[in-house]
Amino acid sequence: MKRVVITGMGIWSCLGKSLDEVRDSLYTGKSGIILDPMRKEMGFRSGLTAKVDIPDLKGELSRSQRAYMPEQAKYAYCATVEALRNAGIDQDYLDKHDVGLLYGNDSSADPTVRAVDTMREKHDTTLCGSGAIFQSMNSTVTMNLGTIFRLRGINLTVSGACASGAHAIGLGALLIQTGLQDMIVCGGAQEVNPFSIGSFDGISAFSVREDAPQKASRPFDRDRDGLVPGGGAATVIIEEYEHAVKRGAPIIAEILGYGFSANGDHISSPNVEGPSKSLRMAIERAGIQLDEIGYINAHATSTHVGDTNEAKAIYNVFGDRRIEVTSTKSQTGHEMWMAGASEVIYSMLMMKNNFIAANINFENPDEDSAKLLIPAQRIEKHFDTFLSNSFGFGGTNATLIVRNM
Amino acid sequence: MEKNELIAKVNSVLAEEFEVEESVITAEANIKQTLQLDSLSLVDMVALIESEFGVKIPAGDLAKVQTFGALYDYLAERQ
Repeated sequence: MKRVVITGMGIWSCLGKSLDEVRDSLYTGKSGIILDPMRKEMGFRSGLTAKVDIPDLKGELSRSQRAYMPEQAKYAYCATVEALRNAGIDQDYLDKHDVGLLYGNDSSADPTVRAVDTMREKHDTTLCGSGAIFQSMNSTVTMNLGTIFRLRGINLTVSGACASGAHAIGLGALLIQTGLQDMIVCGGAQEVNPFSIGSFDGISAFSVREDAPQKASRPFDRDRDGLVPGGGAATVIIEEYEHAVKRGAPIIAEILGYGFSANGDHISSPNVEGPSKSLRMAIERAGIQLDEIGYINAHATSTHVGDTNEAKAIYNVFGDRRIEVTSTKSQTGHEMWMAGASEVIYSMLMMKNNFIAANINFENPDEDSAKLLIPAQRIEKHFDTFLSNSFGFGGTNATLIVRNM
Repeated sequence: MEKNELIAKVNSVLAEEFEVEESVITAEANIKQTLQLDSLSLVDMVALIESEFGVKIPAGDLAKVQTFGALYDYLAERQ
């Protein structure tokens, strides 16, 4: 099997619009969460959300290109520009090679709602405009990025709920390991508009700690009361090792293992067995000892059952080994379809800068989180290998293991 | 709306949306060529005209509206 390395990364998130900004936010424990008054006017139970600015791409992309892009495609474009630049890839390279594209995305509600509103009001589908169809399809991110960057390898959207981004990277790694692709643009994107998560709010999944927005996302804390929705986009360029060496690419890290499983159980409540299986599979495929892992980036979203069952799964696999576990969702909220990709980048930024960001708002453990080593304050630590978990509705699980290079 | 006012608004709205200099929009100029419209962006022009002027140009009428002058007349007759 061929080796798979990461040669570029880029991000657009509530913690920053570049790798440098995000690194600083992670280091200082900044929260990206706000209270959105518009959501309260719309009847949301919780108006909490991450604040993500929509990039203005006028002057950078043509009017037609922009017309087909919903917000998450714009985030993904910015993250991908940064990732390609860091990987030393220009348009000339893309035009001469079959570069693939696998991106996680699992909704595009805003353009869908707007088009339906127009049809109901005007009774004329033409008046929806030309962009509505391309913006509202689930594959909107990959169709937009694929045409803008003129990519000619595999082109596929991965929809695996809140594990979409992680599955995109894992599946991309498999395609490279088996020699089917030399380079793939991978990532995850998440829309942030209220339409996309109103019904999610409706099932009482969100924190209602509105008097203290930056305290609301508190994974593993005893007093957590639900997640806070977030979003943006994150891109990694993954590449076959020898291919990267040959072109003199900046090799950042190696993807050692991808584990996956499905719970075959409840649609929203996770269990312990499924995630444990995903963790074990990733470790086995990575061919490493548990002690080699220096940091675990948990999926933990700040929900009662989810965090409890993940803590049990991690403890099942790692036992009493004292490996730092944090959830960067304490700072970002739950970036959902984007999270599996963004959390690989957050972890890589920590790994490259010798620190582990605080699991902010972790004030009191519960029975299960007490068994894990969860730093509430940033710690300065060098580590060379991390594990990142992503789990989603329907019981889909993904685990990635990445090593420093 | 007076015809001159209508013309000024059409030019301004189309120049803004399709990102061309207003000076290239003249009564004799071809709409598709000037605004660089393909089959998709032509749909956007129809939606924009309806939104701004309350006039829907049916597909069957589009062939008659080739120039900006024809568009001014089309809208003026239906306002």
